[in-house]
Amino acid sequence: MSARNRELFGLLPVTLLVTAGFTAVLIARSKDINKVTVTYGAIFLGACLFGHLFIRARLPDADPYLFPLCALLATFGLVEIYRISPHRALGQAIWFGVGLALFCATILFLRDFRRLERYRYTIALVGIALLVGPRLPGIGRITNGAYLAVGVGPVQFQPTEFSKLAIVIFLASYLSETRDVLVRGRLPRLSLKHFGPMLVIWALAMLMLVFIRDLGSSIMFFGGFLALLYVATGRLSLVLAGGGMFAGGAVFLAQHIPHVHDRVEAWLHPFKPSLVDGKSYQLAQGVFAEADGGIFGRGLGQSLLEVTKGHPIIPAAHTDLIFAVIVNELGLFGGAAVVVIGLIFVARAFKTATLATDGFSKLLAVGLGTIFAIQLFVIVGGVTRLIPLTGVTLPFVSYGGSSIVANFMLLALLLMVSDKARRDPVVTRGGLV
Amino acid sequence: MNREIARLFGFLVVLFALLIAATSWSSVIGAKGLQDNPYNRRPLLLAQRIPRGLILARDGTKLADNRHTGSGETLRYFRTYPTGSLFSHAVGYSYVSRGSAGVEKSFNRELTGQENEFKSLVDQFGGGTKEGDDVHTTLDPKAQRAAISALGGQRGSIVAVEPSTGAIRVMYSYPDYDPNRIPGQYGQLNADASSPLFNRATQARYPPGSTFKVVTAAAALDTHRYTPDSLISGRNNKIISGVPLQNDFGQDFGTLSLTDALTHSVNTVFGEVGEKVGKDTMFKYMSRFGFGSRLGLDYPRDEITPSGVFQGQRVLGATDSVDIGRVAIGQERLQVTPLQMAMVASAVANGGRMMEPRLVDRVVAPDGTVREQFNPKEHAQVISGQTASELGQMMSKVVQEGTGTASALSGIQVAGKTGTAEVVRGTTNQAWFIAFAPVNQPRIAIAVTVERTSGQGGTVAAPIAKQVMEVLLNG
Repeated sequence: MSARNRELFGLLPVTLLVTAGFTAVLIARSKDINKVTVTYGAIFLGACLFGHLFIRARLPDADPYLFPLCALLATFGLVEIYRISPHRALGQAIWFGVGLALFCATILFLRDFRRLERYRYTIALVGIALLVGPRLPGIGRITNGAYLAVGVGPVQFQPTEFSKLAIVIFLASYLSETRDVLVRGRLPRLSLKHFGPMLVIWALAMLMLVFIRDLGSSIMFFGGFLALLYVATGRLSLVLAGGGMFAGGAVFLAQHIPHVHDRVEAWLHPFKPSLVDGKSYQLAQGVFAEADGGIFGRGLGQSLLEVTKGHPIIPAAHTDLIFAVIVNELGLFGGAAVVVIGLIFVARAFKTATLATDGFSKLLAVGLGTIFAIQLFVIVGGVTRLIPLTGVTLPFVSYGGSSIVANFMLLALLLMVSDKARRDPVVTRGGLV
Repeated sequence: MNREIARLFGFLVVLFALLIAATSWSSVIGAKGLQDNPYNRRPLLLAQRIPRGLILARDGTKLADNRHTGSGETLRYFRTYPTGSLFSHAVGYSYVSRGSAGVEKSFNRELTGQENEFKSLVDQFGGGTKEGDDVHTTLDPKAQRAAISALGGQRGSIVAVEPSTGAIRVMYSYPDYDPNRIPGQYGQLNADASSPLFNRATQARYPPGSTFKVVTAAAALDTHRYTPDSLISGRNNKIISGVPLQNDFGQDFGTLSLTDALTHSVNTVFGEVGEKVGKDTMFKYMSRFGFGSRLGLDYPRDEITPSGVFQGQRVLGATDSVDIGRVAIGQERLQVTPLQMAMVASAVANGGRMMEPRLVDRVVAPDGTVREQFNPKEHAQVISGQTASELGQMMSKVVQEGTGTASALSGIQVAGKTGTAEVVRGTTNQAWFIAFAPVNQPRIAIAVTVERTSGQGGTVAAPIAKQVMEVLLNG
């Protein structure tokens, strides 16, 4: 079977899940939901088919699993969002369409992703500007104590979702060029020139904590950086040194930045009487919802979301805490499915990296895969109390335009790397990943 | 670089495995603790989303029903109790704000239709809405009404039970409360000095007075140390456990038979019998009658107390220092519940075989299928059939010519025993009467007690028992 036919075949579970999901939600809530809303599912499936046809035309040799895996994650999101609010499901389906359009635009206009290398400093600056944006007076918006969004009038978007792409592109390009120096240099003799970039990135991550107060994004950026540094140099010592610096800085700042400190306190003592109705309310309600799910869950459309009309039990159920709702309705099985699908996506990204022949392509694919993995880890780990809960979206699942569009761009870049790598006749043997 | 990529992937696999472990913890392994967390309102709110099963009387009367507010996502069900305070203690209540009590509590799982995990998997595809199962009780509204009117606003309790099945037909405790008022007036009811929320039938420990002589007589006859005709001295001020013991009103009886001693409730006879039978044997028979246990009643554990000889909250046994001669006449530190005394009468009535008391007969699904049928269950063969029959004859003399004549029914032979425990010397008594009828083929056993009355068991409690038995046997 050709790669593209496998991809088409991979959309079959997506179709089944959308159909079954919408049907189940409809049955469970037949009194509330207008039957017209079912068309949101149809819009979504149409978009999937279009995406497939586009890839068939433009990137015929790209990895056949990446797109269906994203679609599958998006399906979980769409069904749950439909269940939480049919009105928002329309928004999500439309954003899926917009994301797909930008996905196509990226592939059409960029043509060769290696052109990005040329603009790496511009891209890095744009990435940093995007990060600082939410702190700027006038357009910055504060969400739960963190500066996460930029808004002009009613239009609001989350720049971290895009800056993560910019920073990965920059790092992949920078490290592919300087890796030789970093690999050869003896540690005692490594000068500031070698450590310099690492210190800059570290300082940036610390500044992110101070300025946008967002632990989740900082972990995502710095984790992505360390992963790339490791893959580029093979030197675990550098990674450990960097990790130690980050951890030390984060612990210090966690004690001195009230917002970050609150998050850690809420994580450590979510059921403390002084926190449970305030700062740890969201986390406590999240794990309560998961506890209610059990092994198989309550069933789609069966979870309890509102105390009375308009008074949700879990705040941000459709965005940050969507994983808790998934576990509530589909149980441990549903939650594990989302995690495993995410892991397979990462595996395909890494496979793409091993197939690629040049340093930039390899590092770009690894960087994109890693940042996707860390984002998923940060939010799922957050709502299951593995780590402190910080507000990042669950890629392709959470409601939100910025997240969907940025992740579609991530997918576009991965597919472009993959298409080129697999077309290359040099490497045909498959590795572990 | 490929080696590093593989290793990095290995690291991410570990991270993702941690995610699945954390999800397993919150959804399955640690779920019980999270569900029980006092800050988790979810289980209570979820319980409101399904209509609880009905609680029905023996004749089908709805004792607990539902009303609802809202629709769809905000649909909530609330309890209503159509019969008000009629069965307040037995049925109890269930409200999110105040928790639950009584059968509402002990059968909460059935009433909320809680299913296992696999059933919910099926629901996932069927999308079926859950409904609670109905609980059919053994309670008899007509007899309960008779009990209420017979007690007539005196503090006390009445328990009536079917000897052959253990089915409780009447369980009444006064002061009572209207369960419909629980959400609004719980605080007030809870603070009320007359303790209306307290189920005297199962929670109150009263001195049993002479009704306990039935237990002593049972031990005496069943061990063959005595027969109904054994002659014993009924002299006043006999030395029992080294201290002179008085009969009621200081009356001096000559030597008389055990039967006559029961008929006239002679303390000094039963004091001696208790001593002769001995502490070990007395405690053995008490234990067979269910003393020291919660009798296996299908009722919340924290709403039923055992009966026995108490030191503070501790139930004493044969190894403890106890004046068994005074226990034998219902004194010392002996404390009993009305339910326990009803079960004593019930055991004698049922040929010495004591059944487990029960309030619920069956659990029925909304579609009419019987989910659970609770068949009569033996608690213990307390005494032999012969002992039971001899004791029954002795108790029927109490009603014919002794202290319990006020309970006599026309045309039906009643067996009974009075009891009067002094609470405040000379003025205030705990009045008791236990009985069963008809003597030949008992269909009902009953215990009646009245708190802080100036009257006697025979004058206050026996007539109440009569009225309730009349309804139970004829109605």
